[in-house]
Amino acid sequence: MRIQLGGIDYLILGIYFVFVIGIGWALKRFMKGSSSFLMSGRSIPAWVTGLAFLSANLGAQEVIGMAASGAKYGIMTSHFYWVGAIPAMVFLAIFMMPFYYGSKARSVPEYLKLRFDEKTRTLNAFSFAVMTVFSSGISLHALALLMQTLLHVDYNVCIAVSALIVLVYIFLGGLTSAIYNEVLQFFMIVLGFAPLVFLALKDIGGWGALKEKLIPIATSQGYAPGAWTHSWKHLGNAADNPMGIAWPAMVMGLGFVLSFGYWCTDFLVVQRAMAANSMSAARRTPLIAAIPKMLFPALVILPGMIAIAMHGVGGGSFIPLGDDGTPNYNLTMPALLAHYFPTGILGIGLTALMASFMSGMAGNVTAFNAVWTYDIYQSHIAPNKSDIHYLWVGRWATVGGIVLSIGAAYLTRSFNNIMDMLQLVFAFVNAPLFATFLLGMFWRRTTGHGAFWGLLFGTVGAAIFNGLSLPEGAHVGIKGGWLSPQFHFHSDMGQTFVMATVAWTTCFVLTILISLATTQLKTTEQLTGLVYSLTPKPKAENEAWYQKPATLGVLILIATAALNVIFW
Amino acid sequence: MNFDLRFPIGLLFSFYGLILVIFGVTSDPKNYDRSLGININLDWGIVMLVFGLFMFCLAWRARKRT
Repeated sequence: MRIQLGGIDYLILGIYFVFVIGIGWALKRFMKGSSSFLMSGRSIPAWVTGLAFLSANLGAQEVIGMAASGAKYGIMTSHFYWVGAIPAMVFLAIFMMPFYYGSKARSVPEYLKLRFDEKTRTLNAFSFAVMTVFSSGISLHALALLMQTLLHVDYNVCIAVSALIVLVYIFLGGLTSAIYNEVLQFFMIVLGFAPLVFLALKDIGGWGALKEKLIPIATSQGYAPGAWTHSWKHLGNAADNPMGIAWPAMVMGLGFVLSFGYWCTDFLVVQRAMAANSMSAARRTPLIAAIPKMLFPALVILPGMIAIAMHGVGGGSFIPLGDDGTPNYNLTMPALLAHYFPTGILGIGLTALMASFMSGMAGNVTAFNAVWTYDIYQSHIAPNKSDIHYLWVGRWATVGGIVLSIGAAYLTRSFNNIMDMLQLVFAFVNAPLFATFLLGMFWRRTTGHGAFWGLLFGTVGAAIFNGLSLPEGAHVGIKGGWLSPQFHFHSDMGQTFVMATVAWTTCFVLTILISLATTQLKTTEQLTGLVYSLTPKPKAENEAWYQKPATLGVLILIATAALNVIFW
Repeated sequence: MNFDLRFPIGLLFSFYGLILVIFGVTSDPKNYDRSLGININLDWGIVMLVFGLFMFCLAWRARKRT
């Protein structure tokens, strides 16, 4: 598949890169110390951190992956938003942000240091640093691969150019630069894809006609006629829906363990909220992000559903086929762009796509910088240096982070299943995290030993469960079953959700038991501001009703519930 | 920090809007077969231009107040 670009499309792309670097350059003079470079000096207004919070997660998986899932699974994909994101974002805003922002911790691992001990922080900092580098590398690889497919640009050139642009704007403007560019990218995505959705939906004849055209897609694969257009109706049994998941695994695995584990503890997103200019702004950050997040399925999942409805109509294949003759779902979004966008707006759409990959990479690099500088370098390698020294370290960590990302990109390219393997390891590491934070924040008796060993054995528990389970049609190996396949699942996703639940429960129970068996080394004084029962409630600041986190949070939850009912 | 993000956002999208409007007016209507006969460059160019100018105005007003 190839997209023909006109001169004007290249002009639009070029202007974007000039702006991105221009913003970095304009911010350079504000970078006076490590906190302005790595934490934006806690000076950013809530609407900016809110949109950046959303965009930081809008990397490679989102636009390409969600359109692909929309084609593969239909509207059930929106569970990743309405179940797997919004409730956790509201919880973060209302219950957890006061501890992150109020504790004066500079990173999520540093919160663990203040609340528990050095070893828990180091475990979290180290695993996080490795994961961000690989995520950034995967983003870079996916971008280069896509550009190679669509524009026939050389892979190496694409890697070099995108890495260089990201390097320059972060090196100059640090976290602020990444945040500002994430906001720019948010508007690019919305303004770039809205006309695409409009054209595609108009072409197919509206929502009613789309629903009708998705019936044969569902029945031809042996599912009920409405399988692509109902989000909950067919979740009673894992065999009844294309995702291969039943509702308990969906609610517990995705809605609770994975979602809260990601949105409430991942420093990549939490870092955006911690850069806000006040406690009130920090708490509003995830809520401001939740509003567009709720509506994003219309922008990224709906096009995928339209593409699959068009696929096979009149014998043609709308979504390009892969080498094995099945649709290559990752090309769903590019296929739509090529089909509906004439030159001109095509440049906008393509720029939006590239922007999302680059900011996915930038988000990871800025999070890596802070964790490397504060949680690894300052705490283990060179403590008690001047702030200017840490600014210098943070700046050069950008170069290190980018070089490692490039290495990770080439590694991903050379080994076919390294991506699956990494995602598996991430799942092992991330699944238990939320249990540690939940107990740390809401149970003052939780000890450092409890947290550390609970976390470690949660990860081990996840790995063991993976070794004991196998999804349908998969071979023993990276997909699981390497110990002895005892539990069988309808899909990878079903297996992942249950594995996450097992890991979380292991961590939760062990942390409690070990905490009860060990003594609390932190004094009440040390825990003030870090634990719910020892922290004074945040004072009601002078906020209008629509700025109060609790009010806003409840409204968002009501709206999300309504969306679930409408698309039941 | 004395740097209002609405300025660059306004500037970028006004610029994009303007380019699309000019291109939409001057380009061959045959280009628009794939976009269902709609001159999407012109129409969406106007939307982006309006959005860009709106952001710019917000930033301008905020600056005047301080």
